[in-house]
Amino acid sequence: MRSLPEARSAGATLTGKVGERVRHESAHKHVNGEATYVDDRPSPAGTLHAYVGLSTVAHGRIEAMDVSAVRSAPGVIDVITVDDIPGHRDIGPVFPGDPLLAEGDVSFHGQVLFAVAATSYAAARRAARLATVAYAELPADLTIEAGLANDSFVRPSHRQQRGDATAAIDGAAHSLESAFHIGGQEQMYLEGQVSLCVPGEDGGMTVYTSTQHPAEGQKLVAEVLGIPMSLVTVDVRRMGGAFGGKETNANQWACIAAVLARRTGKPVKLRLARAEDMIATGKRHPFLSQYRVGFDNNGLIEGLDIALSGGCGMSPDLSDAIVDRAMFHADNCYFLPTANVVGHRVKTHTVSNTAFRGFGGPQGMLAIEEVIERIATATGQDALDVRKRNFYSAEGERDTTHYGQRVEQHIIAPLVSRLEESSEYRRRREDIRAFNAGNSVLKRGLALTPVKFGISFTVQHLNQAGALLHVYTDGSMQLNHGGTEMGQGLYTKVAQVVASEFQVDLSTVTCTATRTDKVPNASPTAASSGSDLNGMAARDAAAKIKTRLVTFAAEHFGVEEESIRFAAGEVVIGEQRLAFADLIQLAYVNRISLSATGYYRTPKIHYDREAAHGRPFFYYAYGAACSEVLIDTLTGEYKLTRVDICHDVGQSLNPALDIGQVEGGFIQGMGWLTTEELVWGDDGRLQTIGPATYKIPAVGDTPAAFNVELLPDSPNVEATIFHSKAVGEPPLMLAISVWAAIRDAVASLGDYRISPELDAPATPERVLTACTQLRAAQRESVT
Amino acid sequence: MIHFLLDDTELRLQDADPNGSVLDWLRETRGLTGTKEGCASGDCGACTVVVADAVEGDLRYQAINACVTPLGSLHGKQLITVEHLSEGGQLHPTQQAMVDCHGSQCGFCTPGFVMSLFAHLKTHRAPERHALLESLGGNLCRCTGYRPIVEAGVRMYDPGAADRFDLAGAETASRLEAICLETPSTDAKVSEHHYLAPDSAADLGEVLARHPGARLVAGGTDLMLEHTQGLVEFETLVYTGRVAELQQLEEIDGELHVGAAVTYSDCCEVLCGHWPDLGELIERLGSRQIRNQGTLGGNVGTASPIGDMPPVLLALGARLRLRSAAGERELPIEGYFLDYRQTALQPGEFIQSIILPLPRDGDWLQAYKISKRLEDDISAVCAVFWLRLDGELISDVRLAFGGMAAVPKRASAAEQVLLGQTFDESALSAAAATLVNDFAPISDMRASADYRLQVARNLFQRLWLARGVDAAELRVARHA
Repeated sequence: MRSLPEARSAGATLTGKVGERVRHESAHKHVNGEATYVDDRPSPAGTLHAYVGLSTVAHGRIEAMDVSAVRSAPGVIDVITVDDIPGHRDIGPVFPGDPLLAEGDVSFHGQVLFAVAATSYAAARRAARLATVAYAELPADLTIEAGLANDSFVRPSHRQQRGDATAAIDGAAHSLESAFHIGGQEQMYLEGQVSLCVPGEDGGMTVYTSTQHPAEGQKLVAEVLGIPMSLVTVDVRRMGGAFGGKETNANQWACIAAVLARRTGKPVKLRLARAEDMIATGKRHPFLSQYRVGFDNNGLIEGLDIALSGGCGMSPDLSDAIVDRAMFHADNCYFLPTANVVGHRVKTHTVSNTAFRGFGGPQGMLAIEEVIERIATATGQDALDVRKRNFYSAEGERDTTHYGQRVEQHIIAPLVSRLEESSEYRRRREDIRAFNAGNSVLKRGLALTPVKFGISFTVQHLNQAGALLHVYTDGSMQLNHGGTEMGQGLYTKVAQVVASEFQVDLSTVTCTATRTDKVPNASPTAASSGSDLNGMAARDAAAKIKTRLVTFAAEHFGVEEESIRFAAGEVVIGEQRLAFADLIQLAYVNRISLSATGYYRTPKIHYDREAAHGRPFFYYAYGAACSEVLIDTLTGEYKLTRVDICHDVGQSLNPALDIGQVEGGFIQGMGWLTTEELVWGDDGRLQTIGPATYKIPAVGDTPAAFNVELLPDSPNVEATIFHSKAVGEPPLMLAISVWAAIRDAVASLGDYRISPELDAPATPERVLTACTQLRAAQRESVT
Repeated sequence: MIHFLLDDTELRLQDADPNGSVLDWLRETRGLTGTKEGCASGDCGACTVVVADAVEGDLRYQAINACVTPLGSLHGKQLITVEHLSEGGQLHPTQQAMVDCHGSQCGFCTPGFVMSLFAHLKTHRAPERHALLESLGGNLCRCTGYRPIVEAGVRMYDPGAADRFDLAGAETASRLEAICLETPSTDAKVSEHHYLAPDSAADLGEVLARHPGARLVAGGTDLMLEHTQGLVEFETLVYTGRVAELQQLEEIDGELHVGAAVTYSDCCEVLCGHWPDLGELIERLGSRQIRNQGTLGGNVGTASPIGDMPPVLLALGARLRLRSAAGERELPIEGYFLDYRQTALQPGEFIQSIILPLPRDGDWLQAYKISKRLEDDISAVCAVFWLRLDGELISDVRLAFGGMAAVPKRASAAEQVLLGQTFDESALSAAAATLVNDFAPISDMRASADYRLQVARNLFQRLWLARGVDAAELRVARHA
């Protein structure tokens, strides 16, 4: 640089430090349509549009596939089937099993058979419907029970064990044996799957895509094309929602578009319409919980023997880790003196299920909460009392999980007590009893449920992150890291970290698109880890530059390093004060490097899967919610009328964003447990293929009384980024309180002495069925 | 030619496909990508835009789903998208409120919410929670849980200064009126795609006679799904929205005449004035965007077995005025629904209006919509009960159900049980018991056959309890 730019001066007040309620970095662009998503990018000249043809049977051999009509359809440029893939044909992210295009047989209704590239989106979609395929159909396992009956698994089962649960249950004063179904869930990100591949020099490819895991997209595109990863660059500025649905499930569309781009030499965009997106991409795993539990007269658990069977669909995908996480959360906040927790990875001829916020944790947690509810009914107690009695505690050697991790921060009991008081749980319990006694049709229900969620990838090597920070000669900075922005506010939080490190205004820091050519080998933005990992990596990068600046300034001005500090947009150097940008310019002309990479790996974690023992989680995040519902016992309809939440985010990096995660996670979890029902036909065809038939919560489902508090004065005891805690996934499980409150309202029909059978999701139909069951049982018990 | 205002720019489109969607035109032709596609079926609201009409010198703003709106129907209107709200780098109060309340996370649904809020601001003097929820019920957000968006809907009223749309309002209205005067009826043809918008019933009859294969389009909320989901290219669309007779809404000799192209939004107030219990049903029928586009005639015309208005019309004893180039006739609505999506409409014939006998003393209407989600969901069961009570005596009765058969249908056996009986629990229970004779509902993704039958029976119990009782005591949907 020959001449220096005008140094950016600090404003009067600095905003955007860690802990402030800063708006999302893109908020102003979201609201006026400027925020650009992949499909909004101006297409390069000559861009082709790709679409996919899907199988119409759940299980079978492809006897013949005729794509000649596809090939000759108007506007069609190219059609590919499996033999046209130059490199790897399987894009399984961990284990093989996910063919990019079907080869020989199909394993679910909606599996991708071929792809077409055409001159317009409409032409590609129309052409994709023109193939003629003959199948030899094979029997299909469409349910978890069917897969279990056939011993059909995508991965071996796994067991976590402590003591002799069978003996403890047999010896307990009371025992229960039951089964409980938990439904899956469609991610329903508003922006569907989309990739734009632009071919470049040397056979390389630039991929603009909506993915939570750019590095995996890069690897798979390279493998499918048969080229080194260094020739593939993946760029992700933002996603229009992801929720786990774009962790591995974004890869296929990028890979298909890349193959077509390579073959045609043209940029190729593949965007799934909503129906195909819902049909061809994985969802949250449905689970079957089968258990025996033993407990004393007070409802104190003595032993739990539980089998958690996850419906994985046709391939392993991430199911090993997902079922593991269900098992890791089968205790929730409760000490299990003896436990036998088995996780089965059941294969079914349905789309391969995948990550979804919570990653199996919600299913494990709901399973134990259903057990608690039954224990409460069986012992005639308020479920909250049973919950509190079973909490982990520092006393009485009740602080170790069934997989050997010690619970070190005992905040769930005080957190729950705080919420019990602020929500007026006991008074409202009395009011509700009185209301229900006086109303024959509408009934109220109340429940307060806790959450303890383990934070870290359970696959140890994923717990690392990188960042790249450039400081320019006007004092402004560009920040890049391996985490992706899907709405959670990660870019904002990490920028706040950097602004805080340098004590400069947040506007100084510009977030740039996540790219594999800036930060390599990044882990997926998943497992709630985004801020924990990338925040630390960015701080490391900032610290390196700071150290160079301090060393330089100390030498240049002849002061001790200890007398230099960054404050309010300035740098105090002994007796002098220098604007931050002026120091940067001084450093530049004195040839100090103003760019640094940062790196972080999570300490302390280890897990011996053979022994099913260790410390898989760096720490736990906690929370609790108290929900009140009103149900109609004639129709099964219901409404959440009030919720109170207290949630633990440690020392919040940004309370506004954290509350957004808590509220949004809660409502999304409520959808999972109430109106969101996936329905398949007997032929394995998904019938709920759009928002007309698959009902996520709408605005009226949000209660007028929605009281959310972040647990105050409770910094993380571990040395996380500014002692904050992860917040992406844990709040989803606060919604278990809604399911439990509906169950409580139904139970009123049996005077709270009979356990309703209420599988999840508790659709109006299931609620009415449970009401009918309770009324019948109550009549029987009275006569 | 399609002649309209895009924000304040007058456009005369000669070569844009009039039968394509407004959304595709915005994104693909104009490069206005702020408006998003979330579902292309009118169910998520990500593509919400606002259209303004000139009504007696004023502007009437309405939020609509651009994905199910044919481009041709913009003729004579002003189209406003999310790109048009901010001015000179300054966010519109609606946008600023969304930023200040942290109302966006991933941002993909946000333009749609902003436009729904903008339309709400233009049509409501003050923020009120229930009305806001009604305006936002057709916009799905998967990230925020909605609380901050509702808060933004309140905050956007502060400080309440006039924006540039208000300031230019009179001028915009006169420009729109000039456009409508200049080109009252539209006839746009681009390659094989032909879009006609006649302005009188006589012309409509002739157009249909001349174009036997033409499809009638009113709001497009059902028809356009054939395009966006079924990938059908419509050759000839005939738009009903500009036909004067089809916009009629008046009382004549104790009967209410509702033109077939009157939207739900436009007839809601009148219908609820006469039959207050229809308020909840109409509020829960589709979303604000759908109600702004969808019409009573369209709901009857598509003859879907799960439409919510046919049971209402059956229960009220409505008649249809049908018309074609050959003439007019009236048909009791019972005679209209023949079989699954089969109607008594003859080729070239259209519904001109729906005639409803107004209520008399002793008439009582209860309308029950049962669905998985309370807002913007298709009914598992829709039950509409009309009784004429002479004291406690049921002197006349019509009970109609949607979602229970291949057509919207009356419960004849149950009606027979009740007719001439005293309105009491045992009579209603006996009537409910006959439903199984009249209906054999199907199981689908919305509900099982058993559930449909049980709910239909239980609604007789609700009816029994409902007399003289505040609906909030019996229905969760009525709770705030």
